[in-house]
Amino acid sequence: MNQPGRLKGPGLGSLVLIAVVVGGSAAAFAYTAGWLSPGRLTPERMIAALTPPSGAPLGHRRNHAKGICFTGAFEANGNGVELSRAKVFVQGRYPVLGRFNLGTADPNAVDATVRVRGMGLQISAADGEEWRMAMINPPFFAVSTPQAFHDLLVASGKKDPEAMKAFSQANPEFAAFAAWAKAAPWTGSYAEEPYNSLDSFVFVDAKGDERVVRWSLRPAAERIPVSQADLEKAGPDVLEQEIEERIRTAGPQRWTMVTTVAEPGDPTADPSRAWPEERRAVQVGTLVVQRIEPERDGPCRDINFDPTVLPQGIRVSDDPFPAARSSVYRRSYDLRAAEAKDYPRTEAVQQ
Amino acid sequence: MTDAPRRFALIQRLVHWFMAACIFAMLFIGAGMVSTVAPKYLPLVLIHKTLGVALLALVLIRLALRLYYGAPPLPADLPWSMKLGARLSHQLLYGLMIVMPLLGLGMLWAAAYPVILYGGIQIPALLSQSDGVHTLLWNAHFYLGFTFFALVLLHLAAALFHALIRRDGVFGTISLLPSRDRMTPVE
Ligand code: HEM
Ligand code: HEM
Ligand code: HEM
Repeated sequence: MNQPGRLKGPGLGSLVLIAVVVGGSAAAFAYTAGWLSPGRLTPERMIAALTPPSGAPLGHRRNHAKGICFTGAFEANGNGVELSRAKVFVQGRYPVLGRFNLGTADPNAVDATVRVRGMGLQISAADGEEWRMAMINPPFFAVSTPQAFHDLLVASGKKDPEAMKAFSQANPEFAAFAAWAKAAPWTGSYAEEPYNSLDSFVFVDAKGDERVVRWSLRPAAERIPVSQADLEKAGPDVLEQEIEERIRTAGPQRWTMVTTVAEPGDPTADPSRAWPEERRAVQVGTLVVQRIEPERDGPCRDINFDPTVLPQGIRVSDDPFPAARSSVYRRSYDLRAAEAKDYPRTEAVQQ
Repeated sequence: MTDAPRRFALIQRLVHWFMAACIFAMLFIGAGMVSTVAPKYLPLVLIHKTLGVALLALVLIRLALRLYYGAPPLPADLPWSMKLGARLSHQLLYGLMIVMPLLGLGMLWAAAYPVILYGGIQIPALLSQSDGVHTLLWNAHFYLGFTFFALVLLHLAAALFHALIRRDGVFGTISLLPSRDRMTPVE
């Protein structure tokens, strides 16, 4: 056979086979990418649900868009070592980058209109290992699942009052959050708020033993309730002005980090359900906020406080939120990084 | 061309098929992970990063093998346009196998994400944080990812075309099955 390259017969069957193999692969790829399943909850759909009717906050975080950056230190007291082998729990001082923020997609929101306040935080160990987290001030989350969070965003964005009613009926856990939002006193300072992980994570100690935990940053500053009306009168950006002023005049602000350990049967997968009060709580250290940094040009701008960036000794639990948040925060980050020209740095920094 | 090999060396064939399976997996995992918010998102990303970095190491070994062992010639009667197409597409495939993992790593570095692989292996950052660089590399990883998949499909169609329609022995050069007499070597 000196001419093996000659076509043998029409080869129609073979052509069909090739088309089927190639077409099938392409279809499988399209299915995997979600193009054939419009019902799948994708990060894009979550971002779309977060986007206000006035349009996306170009160049800004797609949620918690308004905030102010800070730097400081985490002073570990060593108590955390029995719970987790993460290096940041070994007694010592670790540099911190963080961001006080408001739970809104509007970077120009009036402070007194935003119920949820948050903190993004990154603690770095000496070898560059990082622990990132993003926490908020309510004592439990609004809903049980990422899908319910999406539905909440969609329902609350509708003008039709029936939409929220239907949502609350389908997601009864939301009632507790609605009650908190209505009744919890407001404060006039980021420094007077607690910041709670709400999501649970697994701490792994040096022996390999695992415990499911949540944590809270409890403020050292005294909580002084203010009315929403008084807060509104203090100006649209009162919170960032106040924290800057407070640190300048009163010095660094402190929070105690308290880790709460779950017991068997506690709802570890549902951040809308608090654990019983009497659970073991371990004080693992103190967050010291030393300096307020600029928001627009500062070191927080291009950081994603993705709660799944964890050091050795901490990992995600059966709580479905951290994975969903990581996926959506990544998309939010990709978008805002690509939109930097819509939120330009100030000229001093550009030069 | 007397000492040109009749087939790729066994190690080359093994690496080709192992990498083919892994790259298919990489493309599907990549497309799948960015379109879900389910808990599997995290393990998928971890596999994507770990396997991607492993493939970067493997393609370098593969290129070394290619330089050492060479490749069997294409059939003499193959039209020159197809030979050119084969050469170019293979070079592109090699290029993408090298560039894709580098882009993946680079975009994570430029976004100041720590790159942590399976087993807690941490890769130090070689780029500093920059939204512009992140966006550039992200776009490249995104568009080249789809280019890669399209090229792999073309490559697959061409391989089947050789195997089923031309039956010219090209498939036999990379096949893991023992070579059959029908697939006579070409001189
Ligand atoms: C599925 C549910 C959630 C979605 C879709 C979501 C969405 C988002 C998005 C898109 C961002 C902006 C990320 C960026 O561009 O860097 C963000 C930031 C933030 N989220 Fe969430 N979130 C969810 C749940 C939570 C929960 C449970 C908490 C708190 C316990 C939380 C606290 C925060 C905080 C504090 C920030 C601001 C972090 C920073 O300063 O960069 N979120 N969220
Ligand atoms: C997913 C990934 C794949 C990649 C990245 C890939 C890559 C390559 C490369 C770079 C070569 C050239 C080898 C050289 O000249 O050094 C090659 C050869 C070859 N591949 Fe693939 N391949 C893949 C999948 C496949 C599949 C699925 C098939 C068949 C069904 C296939 C069949 C072949 C054949 C027949 C050759 C030999 C071509 C020749 O002799 O010149 N490949 N592949
Ligand atoms: C052979 C190598 C690789 C291939 C074929 C590949 C392919 C892909 C594909 C198809 C996507 C989905 C793009 C989209 O639809 O948005 C993707 C996303 C991604 N890849 Fe890769 N990848 C490779 C290597 C890597 C490596 C080594 C890393 C990191 C260490 C990496 C990190 C990522 C990340 C972080 C994303 C998500 C990007 C985002 O949307 O933010 N990839 N990759």
